[in-house]
Amino acid sequence: MKVPMTEYLRLDLDAEQWECRVCDHVIGTASKSYKEGMLVHNRDPREIHPPIIDPEKYRFTFSPDPDWVRILEYYCPHCGTQVETEYAVPGHPPLHDMQPDLPALRAQWAKREELKDAVVGPAVTADKGHGH
Amino acid sequence: MSEMNTPVAAKVPSPEEVALIKKFLNDTTLFLGPDPEIMQNHDLMPRSEVEDECMRKVGDAHTIAKIRDRIQAGCDEGYEMVEQMGAAPGAKWGDVITGVYSASGDLAIASAGGVLIFSALVHHPIKFIIKNWVNDPTVGVKEGDGFIHNDSRYGNVHNTDQSMILPIFHDGKLVCWVASTVHEGENGAIEPGGMPSMAESPCDEGLKMCPFKVVENYQIKRDILTFLQNSVREPKLQYEDMKVKLFACLRIKQRIEETLNTDGPEALISTLRTTMENVRAEVKRRVSEWPDMTVRTYIIQDSTLRENCVVKINCQLTKTGDRLIFDFRGSSPEFTNRATNTIVAGLKGMLAQVFLCYVWPDLPRGQAAFAPIEVITDPHSIVNCSYDAPNSQSLMSIFTGFTAGQHAVAKFLYSCPEKYTKVHAPTFNMINTFIWGGVSQHGETLGNLCADLNGMGAGATVDRDGEHALAPIFATMADIGEQELNEEEVPFLQLVSKKMTRDAIAPGKYRGGQGYTMMVATKDSEQWGFMTVCQGAKFPPLQGLFGGYACGSYPLCKVKGVDVYDVLMNEPEKFKHSIEEIMNEQPFEGASYTTHHMGMGFEISKRGELFMISQGAGAGYGDLLERDPAGVIRDIEEGLMSPGVAERLYKVKFDPTTLAINHEATAAARDAERKARIARGVPYAEFIKTWSKPTPPSHLAYFGCWGDDVSKLYMGSPDKFRDADSPRPNYMPHPKDVRIAELESRLVALGAMGGEKQ
Repeated sequence: MKVPMTEYLRLDLDAEQWECRVCDHVIGTASKSYKEGMLVHNRDPREIHPPIIDPEKYRFTFSPDPDWVRILEYYCPHCGTQVETEYAVPGHPPLHDMQPDLPALRAQWAKREELKDAVVGPAVTADKGHGH
Repeated sequence: MSEMNTPVAAKVPSPEEVALIKKFLNDTTLFLGPDPEIMQNHDLMPRSEVEDECMRKVGDAHTIAKIRDRIQAGCDEGYEMVEQMGAAPGAKWGDVITGVYSASGDLAIASAGGVLIFSALVHHPIKFIIKNWVNDPTVGVKEGDGFIHNDSRYGNVHNTDQSMILPIFHDGKLVCWVASTVHEGENGAIEPGGMPSMAESPCDEGLKMCPFKVVENYQIKRDILTFLQNSVREPKLQYEDMKVKLFACLRIKQRIEETLNTDGPEALISTLRTTMENVRAEVKRRVSEWPDMTVRTYIIQDSTLRENCVVKINCQLTKTGDRLIFDFRGSSPEFTNRATNTIVAGLKGMLAQVFLCYVWPDLPRGQAAFAPIEVITDPHSIVNCSYDAPNSQSLMSIFTGFTAGQHAVAKFLYSCPEKYTKVHAPTFNMINTFIWGGVSQHGETLGNLCADLNGMGAGATVDRDGEHALAPIFATMADIGEQELNEEEVPFLQLVSKKMTRDAIAPGKYRGGQGYTMMVATKDSEQWGFMTVCQGAKFPPLQGLFGGYACGSYPLCKVKGVDVYDVLMNEPEKFKHSIEEIMNEQPFEGASYTTHHMGMGFEISKRGELFMISQGAGAGYGDLLERDPAGVIRDIEEGLMSPGVAERLYKVKFDPTTLAINHEATAAARDAERKARIARGVPYAEFIKTWSKPTPPSHLAYFGCWGDDVSKLYMGSPDKFRDADSPRPNYMPHPKDVRIAELESRLVALGAMGGEKQ
């Protein structure tokens, strides 16, 4: 049984492994953080959030301060998909952000059919309103 | 060993003695402060015998649905009345809730619109009234009474919100309560507008109304009203809105009485209790469909609104079976003399909003939707502050707490087949607007804010971009209001408004909704000023979702030494309509151009000086290299992003003149970027060897836990901390003292202190 857990991550509940949903690469054991199987890039936030006003003239520019925050970008090592980002205080250990309870998930999904893609959820649509 | 130290067996008091001790303690209570038994509990009260009996007698689902709809319609009617008649800008934009509460004080049915955070925390003052005033011979609770309340330590978000609470009797018996709550704005605090960031103690925060009687025989008591008017900057508003709230309550009361006349009190009581119990049970069932998992995240506040520092909101969300547990331990200690703390009920209310607005919007509005969800915090922390800590800017902590919750919840929802909404990246969470005050062009003393705080950019979802400046996270059905109408009453203009701020983006496969620019300038008053109360000028207050990015940061820009009204009159071509142009081109000669963090204390402005900010963007969703190139071009065409930024980030190749997409070149550029990622990315195990540090960096004033160890809370530096369970004072020096010390040390280094005696 495989379960899509995020836009780019899948859990193989039988093999207890994280997989990339884009390229099917086996990322690593599900008993640990998927991040341990990723490539990480320490991104200067000014590259993503460009200064709107001149950094030569001003202290605050619409760009985050690179001494205060860095963007950790996590890439699939096989296909290069950006699986996750983490806005982090410099030096803060990366979070073990998703720690599934595998036996509980197996029991839960034993009663469900396997889904290739996650359920999107209902769209908000305009109501026709009350009429006579 | 002395005789004093000889242990003696404690005498067990008899039941009579216990009763006597209890009576003695009750009779000699010197101050009825906020009751932890009430304030720490957000679950439903136990089912009373009366409720039990009513539910046995009236259990027909159709009858209950009919009465619930009728009461719901009554609440919505009350809501409309407050919104249409209320004088406070907050009322006009929908920062309101009306509701019907059980006899025990639980909010059973609330208005569908408005601020749903109230749904989880307006019940506390009613429970205080029940516990303390019902049997007090000097107060009592009688038909025709009404109680007022605003002190958040007794319930509610912050003391700019005022409630009117009425008990409803039938045949002499209390059957339920009705209440109406509005963000009133002005409350007589140290700064105008009701949300002072300069407050260093609760005594700086203006009116602190614990629940007390202000209405008898359905009439507002004029002596108390006059005292309240005399305590705030907007006495007329105080009166008008007390009347509006009272009459909204009376309309709901009328609807309840109609139900009592047709169906009887048992049907009403059964409906209220059954609704709450059914919603609570349904929430537990829905939670059980989520994956069993622990999700961790944190959000950083980058200021106390007085100074920049790094303040952590730490969140671990665990789902086990049908239990859902928010664990905010490890969040920053409370600040003893800063206003950004929140009582824990405020945090819970905002988390309730995550579910009522973004996860299960189909559930009936009320207290029950969050009742079974558990919340853990450290004592005296920024998300569970003490009685002595100021909390007038609690929004900073409840909004960042909300975002932590919204971010964590999304990671549970993705795999869950049973969905009621789409998976959603965090929506922008700061009230980027101007609070204002002073004397208007009509000679009125005013203090309030621009409803533009409701223009928060929405987060992207699993299959579409976030909507721009859609709605605030605390009221998804709120409005921004008509600026032109506002300008008839206040002496300033929004010279630029509703124009999207270009390149203030949150990229992703689906990008976040963007915010718009606001430029204000005072025109017709010499006694008028502004303040801003937001974080996020250095560190984004969001996280992105599944590879998407958060928003950037948002500063305050000022242009002084200019009267733009003269410029517009005499040299209109010099005026520019974007912050980018005005700050970079500096078109007004002789003017000063400065930038600041978004915690501007109240500042008097001169005619024609510019204060400029931007609303924020919601977070992006997914890998930006998967974004449809047509969407990127649309963003350029709509002025959301400049062509250079679009090409550099999204790797879309297009003709600079026609914007025609070169799909082949785009695919090649994106393939090359994926390869470049693999080349520059460092394997995790290797990366953390150089990245991870054992303590917070010494160059940042850091507050909260570091890494996974939530037992140790840092308090501004790596060598200052407290045990999470052991509160300590956490004072911040005055920012001006800090600046003076910096400048003096420079003078000392230069030998320029002139031999000043110390």
